[in-house]
Amino acid sequence: MSATPADPARSPADPARSPAVLRATGLEVVHRTRSGPLHAVSGVDLTLHERRTLALVGESGSGKSSIAKALLRLPAPTAGTVTLDDTDLSALTSRQLRALRPRLQMVFQDPLSSLNPRRTVRDLVAEPLDAHPGLLRGRDRLAVADEQLTAVGLPPELFGDRRPEQLSGGQAQRVAVARALAAEPRVLIADEAVSALDVSAQATVLNLLRRLTEERGLASLFITHDLGVVRAVSDDIAVLQLGRLCERGPTEAVLAAPAHPYTAALLAAVPEPGRPLGDTGLLPADPPSPLDPPSGCRFRTRCPLADDRCAAETPAARPVGPGRTVACHRPLLPVLDRAGFGSAPVPAQRP
Amino acid sequence: MTTPVLDVRSLDTVIHAPDGRRLHILHDVSLHIDAGECLGVVGESGSGKSVLARTVLGVHARTTRAESTGQVLLNGEDLLAAAPARRADLLGTGIAMVHQDPMTSLNPVVRIADQVTESLTNRRRLPRRERLRTAAELLAAVDVPDPVRRARAYPHELSGGLRQRVGIAAALAGDPVLLLADEPTTALDVTVQRTVLDLLDRHRATRGLATLLITHDIGLLYGRARRIAVMYGGRVVESGPTEQVTERPAHPYTAALLRSVPRVTGPLRRVLPAIPGSPPDLSRPLTGCPFAPRCDRAEAVCATVAPPVHRAGPAHTASCHFPLAAEAPRPSQTSLERTP
Ligand SMILES: Nc1ncnc2c1ncn2[C@@H]1O[C@H](COP(=O)(O)OP(=O)(O)OP(=O)(O)O)[C@@H](O)[C@H]1O
Ligand SMILES: Nc1ncnc2c1ncn2[C@@H]1O[C@H](COP(=O)(O)OP(=O)(O)OP(=O)(O)O)[C@@H](O)[C@H]1O
Ligand code: SF4
Ligand code: SF4
Ligand SMILES: [Mg+2]
Ligand SMILES: [Mg+2]
Repeated sequence: MSATPADPARSPADPARSPAVLRATGLEVVHRTRSGPLHAVSGVDLTLHERRTLALVGESGSGKSSIAKALLRLPAPTAGTVTLDDTDLSALTSRQLRALRPRLQMVFQDPLSSLNPRRTVRDLVAEPLDAHPGLLRGRDRLAVADEQLTAVGLPPELFGDRRPEQLSGGQAQRVAVARALAAEPRVLIADEAVSALDVSAQATVLNLLRRLTEERGLASLFITHDLGVVRAVSDDIAVLQLGRLCERGPTEAVLAAPAHPYTAALLAAVPEPGRPLGDTGLLPADPPSPLDPPSGCRFRTRCPLADDRCAAETPAARPVGPGRTVACHRPLLPVLDRAGFGSAPVPAQRP
Repeated sequence: MTTPVLDVRSLDTVIHAPDGRRLHILHDVSLHIDAGECLGVVGESGSGKSVLARTVLGVHARTTRAESTGQVLLNGEDLLAAAPARRADLLGTGIAMVHQDPMTSLNPVVRIADQVTESLTNRRRLPRRERLRTAAELLAAVDVPDPVRRARAYPHELSGGLRQRVGIAAALAGDPVLLLADEPTTALDVTVQRTVLDLLDRHRATRGLATLLITHDIGLLYGRARRIAVMYGGRVVESGPTEQVTERPAHPYTAALLRSVPRVTGPLRRVLPAIPGSPPDLSRPLTGCPFAPRCDRAEAVCATVAPPVHRAGPAHTASCHFPLAAEAPRPSQTSLERTP
């Protein structure tokens, strides 16, 4: 069901045939705050497949990190289930969960705060191997660390003995990536893992992840707000808006013709060298507070297409193409009926 | 000629690493920013962008011993030569910084109101009621909706975009003349990123604020920064008007950087053109061009002789022995046509 059959190098695995590795259903995350409960994630379903990368995009505060942490039970989701290779993670004891850890690695959004400031870079990268010596398979732990550092573009002889404080932002981010990969995970969850890198270093890390996805069959969730990066790294995309998924599907198809007004606005706002700033068409309102989301569609306070129905009813996900769904009352693409024929008219105007 | 707000002249910064190594981070960096102007700084990860900002501010990491030579002139007064008391005074009122992740600069257990007004309460005590009122005003000025309620909130109760606005409000509270913004929108989605950058533009224009905008995203400087400085290996290797540098780069590093930008338009590239090799070892002295081991135009002379400054156009310079010719502009992707 790949969107670009013309490019064989591209999408390696058909999602229908590529086994599901990590599956989340009905994920809910509620944070307790002084101002009351905050519904950060509402009813999200996600599946990560072997050899595929799912990109999760969405504005700040839409719940991307909350989803990532819930998948790893750091902390556990308020509701919903997460299964890894058909094992329900909530049924595991903390000991069993710890034994699974190397297979599920996460790169946290803020690399400096997730790296112990007292340890050297080489030690930090080797650390996941200490808890699980089986991963070494007879190799020297520091040699494995050096290999990983080289792969992310940090020569170990220059950086191995440094401490996190002596790194630039992008260098710290790459140490966090090297550390996650040293554990040879089956699932990688990368939360804004390349956001502070210059584009060339970014390319090095993205090419590495792409290669590991193909060679080791890695299943990845890649969180980013950079659609250029999304396009280069992912097979599928899921767009999050105030805790709900508003659009999902094969990356190339979604970026070529977005169906949700928010996805369209995101695309129009991408700054690229040599491209004049486009008009997002959004109403000039700030994203609403997640403590007090709008009724109905949560995008309606900024959506140029919003009408009365959008305030009254929460839009349900409907199919708009092969493997594609959109949750919107007035999508930019016709909604398909079960037989795959268009049934709703295309709205005259787009944002 | 007016005096620039910030005028950095031949700045060299050396960091003494705890293991005794001497890291020469900044080499002969010169740049200036006029009132109301935005200078964009882009470059290799680890090229010294943040160290440059920290040197201007005079703050380095806790365990870091740094020494700088050259001049850092703020409205004509040298910060490096000023007596400590005078220097603290100049910095306190003149320069403010906006960080990449406001979560790391905001204290999680202190209310927004107290953090936003911190630079004011350093100078005079404000009664609590007045502090809340001032904070709400400052938050309103950066378009935070519902500012009175937000002033009483704690950082984690706000979205990333709002937190960055709080960071900007705190920076603007002291009415600085120079704003140093180190990757201020890296953590934000592009629609929110744009509103935050528009906000910075607005304050730059209305207050005549000089802005140093550090970013890894060359695209976002387009239409915002009048000029760009490109850094590599602790040096400014190319600088000039934004359009010229991005459309007709003269330095091979700038050209390679532009090629690596992952794009949402144009043909799909699964393998991105990364620049092979790694940046220079800052603990070793270097005679020639820092980019030589990775440059596709390098010749023998590049490794041994420091490159001369090449004039690529009015106010457009590049330090290179073999700069790219400025003939045809690169084909630029102009519009994104998407018909539903
Ligand atoms: N520990 C917490 N306590 C209270 N609220 C929280 C907590 N963590 C997150 N939130 C809130 O939950 C919402 C979702 O946050 P989350 O960090 O998941 O968003 P995000 O999409 O990752 O945003 P960003 O792009 O800024 O990283 C936000 O409104 C945030 O303020
Ligand atoms: N306290 C320190 N001790 C030793 N080396 C340091 C220290 N701070 C920075 N460095 C080194 O100085 C160089 C410049 O760092 P800087 O943080 O300025 O880079 P940068 O250009 O901001 O990179 P990035 O885009 O990744 O943030 C890097 O190679 C970094 O490793
Ligand atoms: S449901 Fe309505 S408000 Fe929401 S995105 Fe669609 S048109 Fe806009
Ligand atoms: S001086 Fe030589 S090595 Fe350096 S950028 Fe120019 S051509 Fe390349
Ligand atoms: Mg996040
Ligand atoms: Mg930096």
